Parts: sequence; structure tokens; C-alpha cells
Amino acid sequence: MKQPFIRIALLACCAGWLVANGPALADDAAPEPKPLKLTTTADHTKFKELQKQFNSGPEVTKACLACHTEAAGQIHRTKHWKWEYLNPDTKQTLGKKTVVNNFCISIASNYASCTSCHVGYGWKDANFDFKSEENVDCLACHDTSGNYKKPPGFAGNPVVKDTEFPPGSGKIIKGIDLSKIAQKVGKTSRDTCGACHFNGGGGDGVKHGDMDSSLAAPTKELDVHMDAEGLDFTCGTCHTSSSHDVAGSRYAPTAQDKQGARIRGKADKGNPATCVACHGNGPHKKEARLNQHATKIACQTCHIPTYARGGIPTKMVWDWSTAGKRDAEGKQITKKDAKGHIIYESRKGDFTLAENVKPEYVWFNGQVTYTLITDKVEKSEQRTPINKLGGSPTDGKSMIWPMKIFRGTQPYDPVNKTLVTPHTAGNDDTGYWKNLDWDKAITVGMKDSGHPFSGKIDFIKTEMSWPITHMVAPKEKALGCVECHSKQSRLAGIQGIYIPVRDNNKLLDTIGWSIVFLTMLGVFVHGAIRVVSSRKH
Amino acid sequence: MAERIYVFKRFERFWHWSQAGLIMFLMLTAFDIHGTYTIFGFEKAVAYHTIAAWSLIGLWVFAIFWHFTTGEWKQYIPTTEKVLAMVHYYSVGIFRNEPHPFKLTQLRKHNPLQRLAYLGIMLFVGPLIWVTGVLYLFYSDWARLGITGLPLEWVATGHIVGAFMMLAFLIAHVYLTTAGHTPMAHIKAMITGWEEVE
Repeated sequence: MKQPFIRIALLACCAGWLVANGPALADDAAPEPKPLKLTTTADHTKFKELQKQFNSGPEVTKACLACHTEAAGQIHRTKHWKWEYLNPDTKQTLGKKTVVNNFCISIASNYASCTSCHVGYGWKDANFDFKSEENVDCLACHDTSGNYKKPPGFAGNPVVKDTEFPPGSGKIIKGIDLSKIAQKVGKTSRDTCGACHFNGGGGDGVKHGDMDSSLAAPTKELDVHMDAEGLDFTCGTCHTSSSHDVAGSRYAPTAQDKQGARIRGKADKGNPATCVACHGNGPHKKEARLNQHATKIACQTCHIPTYARGGIPTKMVWDWSTAGKRDAEGKQITKKDAKGHIIYESRKGDFTLAENVKPEYVWFNGQVTYTLITDKVEKSEQRTPINKLGGSPTDGKSMIWPMKIFRGTQPYDPVNKTLVTPHTAGNDDTGYWKNLDWDKAITVGMKDSGHPFSGKIDFIKTEMSWPITHMVAPKEKALGCVECHSKQSRLAGIQGIYIPVRDNNKLLDTIGWSIVFLTMLGVFVHGAIRVVSSRKH
Repeated sequence: MAERIYVFKRFERFWHWSQAGLIMFLMLTAFDIHGTYTIFGFEKAVAYHTIAAWSLIGLWVFAIFWHFTTGEWKQYIPTTEKVLAMVHYYSVGIFRNEPHPFKLTQLRKHNPLQRLAYLGIMLFVGPLIWVTGVLYLFYSDWARLGITGLPLEWVATGHIVGAFMMLAFLIAHVYLTTAGHTPMAHIKAMITGWEEVE
């Protein structure tokens, strides 16, 4: 919010100076104020290597690597680069390269669009060279100017010259000045991480529900840690990194952390991004009872009362089966709700959006098993899980966790009984978003992902679980007891534990009140007879 | 002319009425916690219930001490003598204006049915509520105290059973205070200490 204002103010000053001092190059004229707090010992504007025009991302990276010689090699080992993750418990090979979800479904055959969020340049098809050092994108994470953009459709490349895109559309994407951006590199920020992670699923807040652009500069109420005027945590404050590998994972989350607060010098291989990593296992100082609760209930369950709290709705339901409608002129349709959010698109189908959503709660032990493209699925009333969460009240490893459960209806192959990977994005005659033709889109997409397709298409109901862990409210806004200890308990679906009030025994209550009632009745009858008989005497 | 006997000493009256107040407040908060109605709401009701419970425990420490040092505990030794007469009186005699079969003295201030009822409360309902209540209160320390394999549901059920029994007792007890030789005689005695007997 503040930055654009400052920029406008600077421009205005600059314009004023120009008027006063006659013609000069605007670039030379802009006085860059010194940052108030230098967090780095290197001022990249002073580096000759960066004082040149860069015509592409890889040119910048080469300049970076001249000094930061090992950086690309470090990146090469990370999920951010490989989009691949071998789950050590389930032995499943996961990562964006492999998984299928119920949002935009899969990256296969859609690389040029999806890889705008890859920390690399040029991943346009399945033949991308993962050994290339110059194709590592340093700026995606280290830009501090806010001007670095990687539009979808360019395979992760920034646009350096004004470009019409899609070709023939008349829409111009403005070129950006990589030299200026390269000279302003610094630490990662909520903005750099958010550029991709706030926009998962194809738009602001769509996917996670607990991450959207409202976290760029949140209030205390929205996130007590990231509070821009308070603690001002960046993502990296919790998701610490070592050799460019960022801690924290949705493929193998830490559901229960018994290690207590991390102290320097203490050897541990645990996840530093858990609540416990800082707060320890007994954080409630006044109420020991709450620490007892915390042995079974994830911190997030009470401390994140609702998600999508920042004014940006998240997608709850996506029905691909209704996609493909056209208006009378044969054009694609877009429908919006009262607030202007899209609820139907010909190319995507129907959406349900929601803000301020109460999570659903499940026992979760951190194990996530995906339904991959190679797995058989069966159409039934029961939704097919895109990712199945492990957990039970008795395994000793599970906690009660808040979840966003995203429900979808997506295309599948009813003969081979598998999910499918349609070709959606792309300015060609098979991409679904342009042509609204499932046959072509799925045939091409399945060929690209290398899996058999029968040619038959049906739709299957799926669901995907997203652990809720961001948007931590201040403690005053944590859930009150009655949210769970009531007959309308938030934990209504949680089995295996006795929750006072939720689990009141109806029979016991009936017997109890009957005894009380009969006692009252006895007392009244006895009293009435006494009154009547005393009058006789 | 009615005879007057000093039956309830000062501490005993203090004990009775503060206990009565605490128990009624505990009842009020108990069924608030239980979800029967909402006055304070679960969270506050639990806090108040806990404070009142500790207060009552404190009061009981004094009361037990008093009973044993004064020998008043003997008032609760059960007897079968005149039990049937009392049952007959409450079910028939009281309606016929028959005389009370029990002659109250300082050493026998409770009639045989009272003795049985109070003893039952003190030996069964009371301990049930206290034991389950304290277990409930210290649920977070069970593991440390070595309590394993005890389902919380049993503790909760015991506590609720105790609460209903105490409520039923309270109703009958309050009613029977009017069953003296005049409706207000017992109540006056509990306030002033002096009971009028015929």
C-alpha cells in the first residue's frame, strides 16, 4: 500500500525538479533515499557487474553467479527448483511436476503458463534442463523493488521489451528494466514469496485460504506475527533457509512437534517453521489446562479462528463439469458475484468463493498420500481424495488440525479409471481455455504427461485438504471454550475423544432430570395434601 | 408451652448457610457448564465453579475439624430406631396432624431419616462429586500423577450423576425444612440456633 504512494510522491518531486532545473535524464535525476536500516553489507547499485543493460533473466543470473558462485548449485537441490519431492514415508514422488490437483489440475503441457512461478527461466516443456545454472532465477525471490514480474505464458521469463500477448490480442505487456531490479536485490520478503504463494491456484487467495495478498502488509488482527506495524515477520522468519533450502512442507507437514523450543546449539533436524519451534510445548503460562489441550490439539486449531480473513475470498468449490458454455454469439462467458468476483467462466466452470471461513477439523499425523495420475480412481458418491491425510485419535502422532477442504469436480478417464491432465493454458488449438474442447485438451495433455487415455471423458468429485497454519490471530481472538464445548461444537466430527458438553450423555440427562422432576412432583403433592388436610383439622 | 432447645451452634449455622450458598452457586454454574442454559457461559462458569469448589473444600476442612473436636460427628451415626415411625409420619401421620414421633434433643438433633439421608450424602454423593471433581480439575496432571487408563468420560459421568443426586436432595431437603411442628420452625432454628419443641 505504502510503496506505490512513495513512488508517486517521488515521481512528483522528480517532475518538480525537472521543471526547475531544465531538461535532464529522468533516471539520473531521481535521488534514491538511503534506506533507514541497512540490513546488508553490500550495496548492489555500486557493483559494476550490474551497471549494464540486461536483455534476459539468465544474463542477470550470470552476473549474480560471478560472485555468488555456489548459489545456483544450492538452488538445484531444492523443491523450488525441481518441483519434485520424494516423500520418505510414503515413497511417493510428488512435487508440482508430478501431482494432480483439483484446481488447474496439472502442469503437464501447460508449462509455459505454470512456470511463471518457477525459480528458473525457460521451462517451457518436459525437456527443461535442470542442470543449467544460468536458468536459475535469483530475482524472483531477491527482488526488493516490487517491479519484477514473470507473466504466465513466458515459461518463467520476465518480459524486458513491451510485448503484445497473446499475439494478435492487442494487449501489451510492459517490459521491465532488469538492470534496476538487479541493483536492488536483497532479502526475501512477504512480497517476493507472496508473488507465487499468495496466488496459488491461479489468483489471489484462490488455493490456500490462509495465504493471500492481505498478508503483504497485514494488521495485527490478521496475523499477529506478520503485523506490518508490529512484529513484522517475513515468511523467512519462520520458514528459515539453509543453503537456499526453505523449511516447511505441505507434502510432509509436521503435525506434532514434541521437540520444544529450538535453542542454538541444540542438535535437531526438526522443522523450524512450527509454532512449537519458538513457543515450546507449554506456551500457556496462566492456564495449565490449555497446555493439556495442546497435547492433542494443534495450536492452529484455536489460534486461527477463521481463514481468508483479510478481505480476499478463497475458492471453496470448483466444478469443471459446467465449463464450456458459450453465449448466443459463441463467445466465452464470465459471471461475477455482487462483489465482482468471478463465479463462472466458460474456460473453467463454476466456483464457490468464501471469506472468513471456519475450518473443518481432522485428526492429522502429518502423513499425506496423494492420488497420482497412475492411481486408480472409482467414481462414487464419496469424493475421491486428491490427498489423503493420515491420522487417528489413537496413533499417538495425531493432533486435531484445521483444514481447508477444497472440493472439486474434474475430468477423469472412466475406462482407465484415472484422473487426467488436460492441456488448459496455451495459445494453440488444443488448449481448453481457448477452445473449450475436452477431447483435444485431454488427448494432448495426457500425451504430454505420458499416461494412457481411453478417449472417454467423465467427471469425478474430488476433495483436497489444505492444513491451515497462517493468519494466526492475536491471543484475545483465539477460540473460546464454547466453540468446541457446546452441542454445536466445531469439533462435531472428531471421534475418539470425550469433549465435555459436546458429548453429554442424553440418557444420563434424561434419567437425571426425571429424578429431579419426580422429586419436585413428590414435594408438591406432599405439600398440597398437607395444606388440604391441615384445613380439615 | 413450647420448650426451646439450642440445637445449632454458631459455627454450625455459619457452616450450613455458607455451604448452602456455595452449593446453590455450584449448581447454577454446573448446569451452565453442562449446556443446560447460559448465564455466565462455559468459560466463566468453569472459572466460578472452580473457585466455589475450592471455597467449599476449605469450608469442609473446617467443618470436619469442628465435627471431630466437638464430637458432633456422632449425630450422624445411623440408627434403625424409629425409622419406620418416621416413614409412617411423613407418609400418613403428617396429614392427620399426628404428633412427631421423634423427640429432638441436643444430642439427637437429627431424626433417624435425616441421619440416614445426611450420611448418604456425606458418604456417597459428596465423595462422588469431590473425587470426580478433583480428578476433572487436575486432568492436565493425570499423566504426571500416574493416572492412566481412566477414561475422562467416566469421571465426567460420575460428576454429573452426583450433581443430579445433589439437586434432588436439595429439593427434598428444602421442602422437609417446612415439616417441623410449624412450617417455619426448622428454618428458624437453622438461623437462630433455637428449635421450639412441643
